[in-house]
Amino acid sequence: MEPVAVVGVGMTAMRRERREDGYADLVYEAVRLALEDAGMTIDQVDNVVTVSNDFFDGRTISSMAVQDACGSYDKNVSTVEGDGTFGAFYGLMRILSGSFETTLVCAHHKGSESVMPLITNAMFDPVYERFLGVEAVTSSALQARAYMDRFGVSEEDCALVSVKNHANAFRNPLAQLPLELTVEEVMSSPYVAEPLKVLDCCPISDGASAVILASAERAEKITSKPVWVKGVAHCCDAYHLGDRDLSDVRALRDAARRAYSMAGISDPRREIDLVELYDAFSYMELMWLEGLGFCGPGEGGKLTASGSTAPEGEIPVNPSGGCLSGHPVLVAGLNRLIECVLQIRGEAGERQVDNVRTAVAHGINGPCGQSHCVWVLGGER
Amino acid sequence: MAEERKELIKLESGEAEQPFRWSAGVYGSKFLTELRDNKRFVGVRCPQCGKVYVPPRNVCGPCFVELTELVPVSDEGVIVTFTVVSFGFVDPSTGKQKPVPYGYAVIKLDGADTYILHYLDETDPQKIRVGARVKAVFEEERHGSMLDVRHFTLLDR
Amino acid sequence: MGKRVAVVGVGMTKQRSSRPDVNGQELINEAVRAALEDAGISRRDIDAVVIGNMDHFEGINYVDTWSVDGSGALMKPIMKLTTGGTTGTTVAMAAYYHVASGLFDRVLAIGWEKNSESDTTGAIITAFDPFWDRPIFAGAVAGLALEATQYMHLTGATEEDAAYVAVRERRHALNNPYAHLHINLTIEDVMNSPYLSWPVKMGDMCPRTDGACAVIFASEDVVDEFPNRPAWILAVADRHLWAYTSDPYVNQALENGWWFPALEWAAREVYDKVGIRDPLKEVDVAELYLPYSFAGLRYMESLGFCGRGEGPALVRSGATDMGGKCPVNPSGGVMSSNAIGATGLLRVAECALQIQGRAGDRQVPEVKIALATGFGGCFWSDVLLMGREMPEKPRG
Repeated sequence: MEPVAVVGVGMTAMRRERREDGYADLVYEAVRLALEDAGMTIDQVDNVVTVSNDFFDGRTISSMAVQDACGSYDKNVSTVEGDGTFGAFYGLMRILSGSFETTLVCAHHKGSESVMPLITNAMFDPVYERFLGVEAVTSSALQARAYMDRFGVSEEDCALVSVKNHANAFRNPLAQLPLELTVEEVMSSPYVAEPLKVLDCCPISDGASAVILASAERAEKITSKPVWVKGVAHCCDAYHLGDRDLSDVRALRDAARRAYSMAGISDPRREIDLVELYDAFSYMELMWLEGLGFCGPGEGGKLTASGSTAPEGEIPVNPSGGCLSGHPVLVAGLNRLIECVLQIRGEAGERQVDNVRTAVAHGINGPCGQSHCVWVLGGER
Repeated sequence: MAEERKELIKLESGEAEQPFRWSAGVYGSKFLTELRDNKRFVGVRCPQCGKVYVPPRNVCGPCFVELTELVPVSDEGVIVTFTVVSFGFVDPSTGKQKPVPYGYAVIKLDGADTYILHYLDETDPQKIRVGARVKAVFEEERHGSMLDVRHFTLLDR
Repeated sequence: MGKRVAVVGVGMTKQRSSRPDVNGQELINEAVRAALEDAGISRRDIDAVVIGNMDHFEGINYVDTWSVDGSGALMKPIMKLTTGGTTGTTVAMAAYYHVASGLFDRVLAIGWEKNSESDTTGAIITAFDPFWDRPIFAGAVAGLALEATQYMHLTGATEEDAAYVAVRERRHALNNPYAHLHINLTIEDVMNSPYLSWPVKMGDMCPRTDGACAVIFASEDVVDEFPNRPAWILAVADRHLWAYTSDPYVNQALENGWWFPALEWAAREVYDKVGIRDPLKEVDVAELYLPYSFAGLRYMESLGFCGRGEGPALVRSGATDMGGKCPVNPSGGVMSSNAIGATGLLRVAECALQIQGRAGDRQVPEVKIALATGFGGCFWSDVLLMGREMPEKPRG
């Protein structure tokens, strides 16, 4: 794969409700931040990929609301409906094709504007599943139970993730939920859907983000700190929850394998310095650690308990606070990417981890992490 | 042997609703407040190209500049184009059948450089023409919505 | 940097107003299996899938992850794109970029819609801003009617001129076994049909259709493995310019000069990349997304096939009929079949068949260059040029 770099990033603060801002306001803010970060003007952006979802926005053609705000006037522009990591991948492909030298990718979401369970209930099959009222939280609870039972992982093991990530959020001014928690406090938070308790779940959030990608030649003219895309891949598992083994992360393993292969990574535990993964629920961090190759099957809990994934640990995971601390859907994956970029550049402020040369960013799409997108980013070209 | 019965099985979502609470944005809110409280239209002007956007939006697309200067515009204007709707349909915002026929137009208010969409008080297409002058007719009771204007009336009939 | 890309396989379902015999996944699968068979490959050979539809028409959230049984994307990369009416061409362009990037050799593009399962007008109204547009807006027909009114005012074109387009589309559709509407329509039939939204009548409008289309894009490195001659993508471009219903009219002066920047700019970019100066002469066939009859007049002008206001004369001259200088919509076009997510992709599929010489009764002889367009949303436009000869270098 030809070298392409991230040259600009912008993220709005994630909040429970940004009442004064419509989608266009949030996107304009994020895009302006990314342009400023890159030291670019909108004219230097060759094409745009927007990321949004019609259901969440309550609009068929949700991208229409942001056409002015994303700077797409008289430019080629397209829209991916899925997590920001997938949208950014499409933006990357458009550069690799040779048609464009720079792509702006922006994503937006306002969870505060709709009734979330109704929206995620619509992911499920209208004939066989929807009437059950199953939605994102209850379906994830099924997955958590399957995983925990299979490997003997406890709720306390999962609670450690919540404790870690909410604590990490104190060092991220853009995070929504910095919280000082103990395992006991997580354990005594009320159940939403067993085994998931309130403090095991991500919040509902409003936010937007943008990244600017550039071909190698342009990247080096734009910034002195390009962050290079070393590998990227995505993979989708089966749809009906009963069609797949919810405790098995084969789609993630497949995506990770291909991304690592592109990046020349053979031992992720040793070669990766930092991970930002999509922890929509505490148990997910344990599962995705395994899928990303940082531990054996079912050992995510042990790895976390050992302190290895703490900010000062051997392989820091979600030093930003992760999705548990702020979760604008679709934007959240892009935020993982942005956090990795900042870390590699050494610009992650108080949450900076030492010596980050290679990082992994991860996003998911669909129910129970059905589809995964894995990015490997590096400071060296 | 019993005869096979072939029937179409249909599932309907019935009265399923997906409620939303959208933000009108700061300037959108000002526009709606002016309609409700002062029976007045306002727009925002682009500091770069000078275009006055009605209703307001946050960014001038071609200039990619934020719009913050509020300017009043007239409640009278000109028809840019129009149609008369005669097929019945259910309004997704209310769930009710929309009464037809009704005329509506793209209207350029005097002072504005972008146009609004609104009803006309005429349903005979032969009596409406592009370029005709129209004036807003406000409702007595207003709530802060485009429908605070009942319709635009043709001035020169 | 970049690979050259060709269409090597095409599949489409018969398009009908309602397909109660299949659910959405089965509808998709019909087209996918047809495309795989057409290309002589199996699901295993596909490297990535791109899919598109308009969410609220089927009421399914996350269609990409939902579709895996039908789309064949199990344990493969899949992503969804949606841009309203332009979805089909947006998906085609995404598949093109997937392959042109060099990361994937064989990519399956799927566009589909099951309009019968929902309220199309209601769904289209929700495409527009809830504060400014929705209270008044009346869906696609009325939005197009606004364009028609202004076009007639500025050019003197008549409803009868538009009727010529409708009659042509219907006549062409008779040659297309896949098209939804097979009707022998006359000008009188169109003129006598009831008004839906003045000046647009029932006979001027596209139908609502259930249908799916699947197209396989392949890289220059593997193109020889396929049985059909490759239909090369020469250039693609799009402009999705506006956010509010009245925006498309903003650039138009009432006195003279009207303007469809989204289509004109996208077309100009594509023509420049390929070196087309006189589309009427140099393009052999055009599959254009004409959602209603008046579009067949106005968009010919925006695409540079004739001057402003000359659309009616061009159409009446027969230049756009089968046997004419540049036949438009030999398939019958969107007015004969409109499964929205599929519609734009069908234009690309039809162009591919034309280039490959496999278009049966609707074949235009000796097609070297074919033009496909997509239309939707707020008068957004996608434009693709395809050709029989492999381009000298990737220029997308």
